[in-house]
Formats: sequence, structure tokens, C-alpha cells
Amino acid sequence: MNRSELLTQECCHDVFEQALRAARARGVPDFEVTLRAHAAALTRFANNVIHQNVAESMVELEVRPVIGQRTARAATNRLDRGSIESLVEQAIALARAMEPDPALPPLAEHAPIAAVNRYFDSTARCSPAGRAACVAEAIGAVREAGHTAAGIYSTGESVEALLNSNGAFAFHGQTMAVFSITALGETSSGWAKGSAPDRNALDPVGLARRAAVKATKSARPREVPPGRYAVVLEPSAVLDLTGSLFADFSATSIEDRRSFLTGRMGAQLFGANITIVDDVFHPLQDGAPFDGEGAPRMPLTLVDGGAPKEIAYSRRAALRARVAPTGHGFPLPNEAGEAPQNVVFQGGDATLDGMIASTPRGILVSRLWYIREVDPYEKIMTGMTRDGTFLVENGEIVAGLRNFRFNQGLIDLLRNVESMSPSVRASGEESADMVVPAMKAGDFHFTELTRF
Amino acid sequence: MRELALQALDAAVSLGASYADVRVAHVRNRALSTKNGRVGRVAAAESTGAGIRVVASGAWGFAASDDLTPAGLNAAARLAVDIARAGAAAAHAEVVLAPQDAHVAEWVSPCRIDPFSVSVETQLAELLRVDAGLRANPGVTLAEASMEFTRDHQVFVSSLGSVIDQTRTLSGAGYTAHSFQDDEIQQRSYPNSFGGQHQLKGYELIEELGLADNAARVAEEAVALHYAPQCPQGRFHLILGSGQLALQIHESIGHPIELDRVLGSEANYAGMSFLTLDKLNRLRYASEIVNVVCDARPEHGPGLGTFAFDDEGVPSQCAPIVTAGLFTGYMTSRETAASIGAARSNGTMRASGWNRIPLIRMTNVSLQPGAQPLDEVFDVDRAIYMETNRSWSIDDKRYNFQFGCEIAWEIRNGKRIRMLKNPTYSGISTEFWNSCDAIAGPRHWTLWGVPNCGKGQPEQVIGTGHGASPARFRDVAIGGAYA
Repeated sequence: MNRSELLTQECCHDVFEQALRAARARGVPDFEVTLRAHAAALTRFANNVIHQNVAESMVELEVRPVIGQRTARAATNRLDRGSIESLVEQAIALARAMEPDPALPPLAEHAPIAAVNRYFDSTARCSPAGRAACVAEAIGAVREAGHTAAGIYSTGESVEALLNSNGAFAFHGQTMAVFSITALGETSSGWAKGSAPDRNALDPVGLARRAAVKATKSARPREVPPGRYAVVLEPSAVLDLTGSLFADFSATSIEDRRSFLTGRMGAQLFGANITIVDDVFHPLQDGAPFDGEGAPRMPLTLVDGGAPKEIAYSRRAALRARVAPTGHGFPLPNEAGEAPQNVVFQGGDATLDGMIASTPRGILVSRLWYIREVDPYEKIMTGMTRDGTFLVENGEIVAGLRNFRFNQGLIDLLRNVESMSPSVRASGEESADMVVPAMKAGDFHFTELTRF
Repeated sequence: MRELALQALDAAVSLGASYADVRVAHVRNRALSTKNGRVGRVAAAESTGAGIRVVASGAWGFAASDDLTPAGLNAAARLAVDIARAGAAAAHAEVVLAPQDAHVAEWVSPCRIDPFSVSVETQLAELLRVDAGLRANPGVTLAEASMEFTRDHQVFVSSLGSVIDQTRTLSGAGYTAHSFQDDEIQQRSYPNSFGGQHQLKGYELIEELGLADNAARVAEEAVALHYAPQCPQGRFHLILGSGQLALQIHESIGHPIELDRVLGSEANYAGMSFLTLDKLNRLRYASEIVNVVCDARPEHGPGLGTFAFDDEGVPSQCAPIVTAGLFTGYMTSRETAASIGAARSNGTMRASGWNRIPLIRMTNVSLQPGAQPLDEVFDVDRAIYMETNRSWSIDDKRYNFQFGCEIAWEIRNGKRIRMLKNPTYSGISTEFWNSCDAIAGPRHWTLWGVPNCGKGQPEQVIGTGHGASPARFRDVAIGGAYA
């Protein structure tokens, strides 16, 4: 491991001092500064060749004055003295245009924040040639299986810092590598994806082979009628389907009566085998150990034995509820309040093969796509299967299937979970990465078929 | 900005790029919102940077940086060329681009009232007036309203000799009344969901929308939905309001006609398309009354996809997509046009910002107005009329879709007889469009803005335009989501 050179702590302090001086010169002593920087590169391939190959680097400075219970936010990506002065002036003018907000919390006090190191030099320094070599090898694995490859390999680093005139200072730097690949056959496809702060923890060729096997096994897909089936959901499908639950574990969302937990906290909503926590320090998680106001993230038990137990509180929501903030607030001012960011499901001890073997008739789902909320209180979600959907009969995968549309209530789904694998870090396209198991569940509602 | 762009272009060419283009942009944004009587968000942002795209050793490379010093631009140009050369090792054929003339031009989108000249106090006061109007109804449990303004000034230069300076001003506003009652959440939005209406206009758009004038009706409908019967399940004639139809066009025509998607570039993420090359000029996409164009020209209207030149220097055009029901065209770039033997790109390459590479994106993909008066569209024994999107989903080849709307009414003999809640409908794209049997005329045609279209890796979110007037479809599957 090493440290990012994108934005040093010294640079953050220097920018903060410049902004604070500019604010004080305008009669504003209460002031918050957020700095973010990232450098990322992505190599994209399709039809077995690299067709897009990009890199970007940028920095962003956000300032927030607090003037007698008024606040506003302004941002720029210019860090020269004149731009900082102009930004501070603009933010102060915006804040002064507001009506006072009696519920606005004062700036956060300094609080100790436990360090978490997610920076890997091997990821930050990965060259275009390094990515191209991995991509070439992965394409080769898919071609060997007689399929065509498409996918991405990205590597990058990011830094986030928050400082305020109350002495708060929070700083986090990390790296992230993502590899995903689709193997395209004539009548089928397969997909696999992985992400990790350390690129050496990824196995692009292994992912390529997994995608290729799915494409091979799902060739010449059969058609079975829509209906209610037992399903085995691979971790990426669990991630993308359940990810939309967690914005509702928010004090503000419940107060606004837009959360499905409104009136349901403590109820036995899900099966007794469902326990879910939010834990930024989990070894498979990523992200900063502080929130948008600089408050340290605290662990939460969101669901305990099937009952929703704890929710996230921003400093503002905590003040109203007279509880301690949990460190999940979004940068102020905002409407949404707060949300869990580092979800971890407590998994089980089943294996994917075991779940399949114990299924007399059911459907194995590799990936779900275009998932949207149909009903906000019952949490009915719709979406499609994609890139590897299989018929299971008498404990064995017997055929690939044409893809389905589903309309499935998430509360019902988590009531019907029969078994789970150990949790893994899962990556999808519809939700931020989480730590989730594969799940076997009964009575999953597929409502229509598509044409492939 | 012009000098910076030319300097970066020189650097890229001198490093060996056989083709290069550079976009230097300055983007300014203001976002305001209110929630339940208080200000929710007040934010201003500015961003300046350069994106350098090159072909070197026959392959693409792109690098973006906000370091606009000579050293920063040179470093970005070098990185773009290095990336291209690294990618060339895994490329089987050299990039070939359709021919394109050089253009030297300056264009500023029409903007009667500069939204940044209107005070934040005035804008917040308008939102709070809407908020009060919504919450005057005691059944409204959450009132949310927002406005957003963007000015995007970009200079494009290319090694073909183009120097194009464009400034686009975009405005948007809207609101939603939520009502929670008896374990049910209902909502109504105005003038559309997902932030309302968005167009290439100044603050005059906000004045035209009549936001506060509609608040009482919107609040009343949100609450009334709790007492409405569930939308029935079955096959019915369906009439769609133009706001919902705009999203239907977006998902089931706009995305499938992206030629990069057809050719496989998006296979790993956004997916591919059922519109394989053999279907061009052969597929009966829709009924004979359906005509769809992809039109970025200013004369099409102030859409989110309106401009003078796209982000690879191609002039805006009107491309026929569906002509009297026949599939007649894709959206193309210089590279994809060349790959199918087209004479030139039809100008749909757009980047979400200076830091991202241009991709084929919808400009304004619009259903041309029909011939029928609105009364005739509704003149049917029985139908379901739906308005304002609540959920949307479509498969990765764009066949099977399902949409949910905020509200519906049952139509009998041309009249609305009762409100229905939780309406959804689903279908297969071509079957659905072939069932279209009535489209209202130009008086009812609106050019809607969809501000949140995502595509590409890294993902780029961009605004698109879709003109539509209310239309009728026969024998559509309705209500399946709640079955």
C-alpha cells in the first residue's frame, strides 16, 4: 500500500486556509470545505478488440458557509487564489439569499475517525499497457470458448477531504479496480464482474472463463412460461435487486413518509434468517469512514433476524429525533438526509451448487437488468433477467432459458429465502457494490418473456 | 478557450496523432429545491476542463484534464496518444472515419431571460409558492419542487481544421405531491415526473410552465388516487399522454436505433439492439401513421438534444428513423457511419462533459404529430388513458418493456368516467408501435426533455429531447405488474 499523490493533506489544509481567510474577510467565520480529486482510466472492448480507451483526472472544491442558520453550497474545479475567492463570495451570496432554517445543525465538531487503508499503489499506477495486456488475455479466454468478448477494465484512485472552522478534519484516499466481461454466443450470452481496491485481488481471466461458461451453457435457450418459480439468485442479482431497499433506512425518508419502513420499524417484516448491517470497516467494503458533514460512520444493524432495527441519522435528523448521528448524512444542504452506504448481508453456509442440487424445479439467475420500483411501499420491483438464465430440474442445470420480466415484491422475497451462501463483495450495474450472498428463494414472480 | 484548445490540438498532432479533436468547456450550473415549506438544496457549480481525443497507431485514445496550463495540456495530449498506442496492440483494424468538412462557426442557443440573471430569492420564492399550493391540501404528506439551470460553453477544434464555439443554456423545473395514506404512497407530478420539463431555453421556460397555477389540481389528484380503484388487468386500448409517450419513444425507439449499440459497443453494459443491420428499410417498425425523426436542428425546437454541431464537429441534421411505419435510419457517428458504408455521420455524437468521450446519443427523437383532433384520439368505446411516468424498464435488446404511470382514467365512449390507480402496461416494441391507430395533431405536440439518460462506461448521463402528442394503441397488455 501507499498514499495518493492526487491531493495531499497539506494541500487540503492550504486550500482550506485560503477559503477560510476569504470567508472571514467577508464577515463569515463558520465555514466548511470539501475537496475531492480523482484520476481514473478505463479500457473498453467489444467484438474482441479495444474500442474505447479513456483517462480523466479532476479536482473539485466545494465550500459551505453557515450564516445565522442559513447555508448554501458552491463548487469549482479551479484552485487558484482568484477562483477560491470568487467561489467563497458566490457561496456567501447564495446563503444570504436564504430564509433562516431553524433546524440547520451547526458545523460538526472535530471527532476521531478510525483510519481505513484502501489505497493500493498497484491499482493507482496501472498503465494503459497493463490494462491492455489483461484485456487481451481475457479476450483470448472468451475466444477459446468460441464466443465474442465485450467489457471494461478500469483502474483509478480518489481522495476526499472535509475541513471546517470548528476544527473538523476528515481525509480518505482509496483506489478501485473494476473488470467486467460479457461473452456473446450466437444464441446466448454470459457475464461476470468483479471490483476491488487492490487490482491484484481481481482475476480477469477467471471472470472471462466464468462468462464464457455461462454463454456456452445457455446456448439455444428454451422457453418456459412465466409464473412463480423457485429461484437461485447469484450474488450480483441479489445486489442489484435488493440495493434499492437501503435508501429507505433513513430517518428523513421515514419522516417524509416515503420509506417502505414507515410504520414498520421493529415488525417481523422479513424471514428470521435475514440480518443486514451497514459497516464501512468490513474488509470487503470500500468508501470513506465519514459522511458529508465529517461525522464518523458508525456501524448499524439495519435488519436483525428479519425485523428492521436501526436506521441512519444525519446530524440534522439526529437533532430532531434527539439521538446520536450515525455518520450517514449527505453534504448539506440537501433534501434526502442520509442513507446507509456500506451494506453487508449476513450470509449462510450453503453453496451455489448445493442450492441448485436441492431444487426440484426452478430458475438460476446470473444477472438482472433495468430494475425499477413499481410500488414504493410494497417495494414491488420490475426488471429483466440477462446474460445467463437457466432451468434447474431435479437438482441440475438442464438448459438455458429465454429471458424473463419479473415483478417481485422485495418484502415477499426476503420472507421466502430458503438458504444463502457466505457473503461476497458483489458488483452489478444497478446498485453500488455490497457484500451479499447467493440466495435461494421460493415463489419468485416472472410475469413475461422476451424474445431472446 | 480557443487558444487552449488549439494548443492541445497542436500537442496531440505533434506527438503523432493521425487525427485529433479537442473540446475545452466551461459549464455553470445552479440547482434549487424546496421540500415541505423549507429550502432543500441551494447549490452552484462551475467546471472547466479539456478533453483530447486522438487516433494514433490506428486506435482511439482519450484523456481529459482540468489542468489547463501548457504543461497540463501537453501531459493530457501525451496520455491520450500513449493510451491509443497501448490499445492498438489489441486492435485488429484501424479506425476509419466517414469524411467530414471543416467548419468554423459560432452558435448561441436562444435564451430570452438569462436564468443566472434572475435572483436566487426570486427563484426560491416561486418554488415556495408552489410548495404552499401543494400543502394547502391536507392529504399531501410531502411536497417537493425544484429548478435547475445550466450554461455550457464549449470550443471544439479538430485536426480537420474545424473551430466551433457553442453556448447552450438549459432550464428545467417541476414538482411532485406525495400522499401517504393507509399503507399506500401515491404521487402526482407537474409538468412531468423526474424534475418536470427541461428545455434549451432561459428562465422564460419557467414562466411558461404555469407552475403554481397547477399546484391545487396536482395535489388533489395525488390524494384522490387513494380512493380510486386499482387499474384493471387485461388487454385494452391504451391512450398515452405526451409526457409518458416521450419516454416510450426514448426507450423503445431512441435506444434501439443507436448504431454503436447495434454493432456491439454497449454489449457489456447498456446492451445491444433488436434492430440488426438486415432490418434497415425492411422492418415494419410501426403502423403507417407513425413517423419518427432524430432531429438536432434548432428548427425542430428547443430540445435537450438541440445544437448546431455535435461533439465531433458534424452539423446538426434531421434523420428519418421511421417513415410511414418503415424503419429507415440509425443514429450514427463518423466511425459507425463508415462501418456501414454511409456517406457521412448524421451528427449524434455527444459527451456529457469535457471529461468524457463523445458517444452516439439521442438528440431529439420525436414522433411527428398526427392528423387527428384530440377528441378523435379519445373517441373509442373503451380505453385506459395514462399520464406521467412512475416506472420504466426494458430488456437489453429493447424488445420487452413495462411502464408504470402515476395516474389513469377509464375512457368510455370518448369520455373519462373514473380515475384508476397504479396503472402499468407492457409489450414488445414493434408490436406496440404497429398497434398505434391514432395520433393527435400539432396543437397537442410537446417537445419534452428527458434529463437523465445513461449510457457508456464510464457512465455518461445526458439530456435528450422527445416530441410527442397523445396517441392511441390497440389491444395492449395492462396491469400485469400488480397481478
